[in-house]
Amino acid sequence: MGLSIAAAISLYGVSFGALSTAAGMSLWQTVALSALLFSGASQFAFIGILASGGTGAAALGASTLLSGRNTIYAVQMKALLNPQGFKRLAAAQITIDESAAVAMSAEDPVEQRRGFWGAGIACYLFWNLATVLGALLGDVIADPEALGLDGAVVAAFLGLLWPRLKSLDSWALAVLAALVTTLTMPLLAPGLPVLAAAVVAVIWGLTSKGRRT
Amino acid sequence: MSLWLWVLAACAAVYATKLLGYLVPEGWLRHPAVGRVSAMLTIGLLAALVAMNTFSADQTVVIDARLGALAAAAVALLLRAPFIVVVLVGAATAAGIRALG
Repeated sequence: MGLSIAAAISLYGVSFGALSTAAGMSLWQTVALSALLFSGASQFAFIGILASGGTGAAALGASTLLSGRNTIYAVQMKALLNPQGFKRLAAAQITIDESAAVAMSAEDPVEQRRGFWGAGIACYLFWNLATVLGALLGDVIADPEALGLDGAVVAAFLGLLWPRLKSLDSWALAVLAALVTTLTMPLLAPGLPVLAAAVVAVIWGLTSKGRRT
Repeated sequence: MSLWLWVLAACAAVYATKLLGYLVPEGWLRHPAVGRVSAMLTIGLLAALVAMNTFSADQTVVIDARLGALAAAAVALLLRAPFIVVVLVGAATAAGIRALG
């Protein structure tokens, strides 16, 4: 399962490499983002904000805020696996949507451990390989949009969101967040609309809990 | 050179967000609001990313081939297609619409 997920995100990694170089990042800056930052949504946000004329500070802020998700995964992985010492440092680096999702979908502790490390390491290797490939291809291909790479990114984010849309409540929030993002896009600096949606989501989480108790 | 500084700062900041979760005292996690807010935050952020990547162009809202990619991806997801197929459908649809248009 870890391997198939890693293979699945590879195309996404190729798109990242291609779009990153198209956004004006060098090959090595692109590689650094995949090897050191290693969190797809944050990487896309970083280059997306720079590409649309945003500042480095806005790119840093949005990519860090988007990684708030990973903090929550890390908390959950601590509860499941509780890695210590060097293993904890390594686990932190590969704590992403995919590795956390595979670990959380397993029932017994052995499968959880195997799922987390298997998916995490496979994703790390495939993602970085794909990034280099995309960055090199991106240099050759003048127009990644002709290949539909931007369409691939839209589809990938929807694919990540989809399994979480299990209730009317979650659908309503997703639509509201998308609406807030779209409506504030012409008004706010690049990257900030996503943060506006995040604020709406936090308020939603706090108030809907209140409604239920 | 200053772009490199932002790249490395972002790498350090994101790693810190990941490590932070492993350092949180377990007692904090028991509060029910934490789980609820984090689940909602994930949905809100991913939905915002979908919207941003579908409609954004130079700080304006545009409707183009990416909306077709979104619709095609949704159909693929409704048909329970695996993730890689969904991504390929999105790319093929956007490329196809551009080739035709």
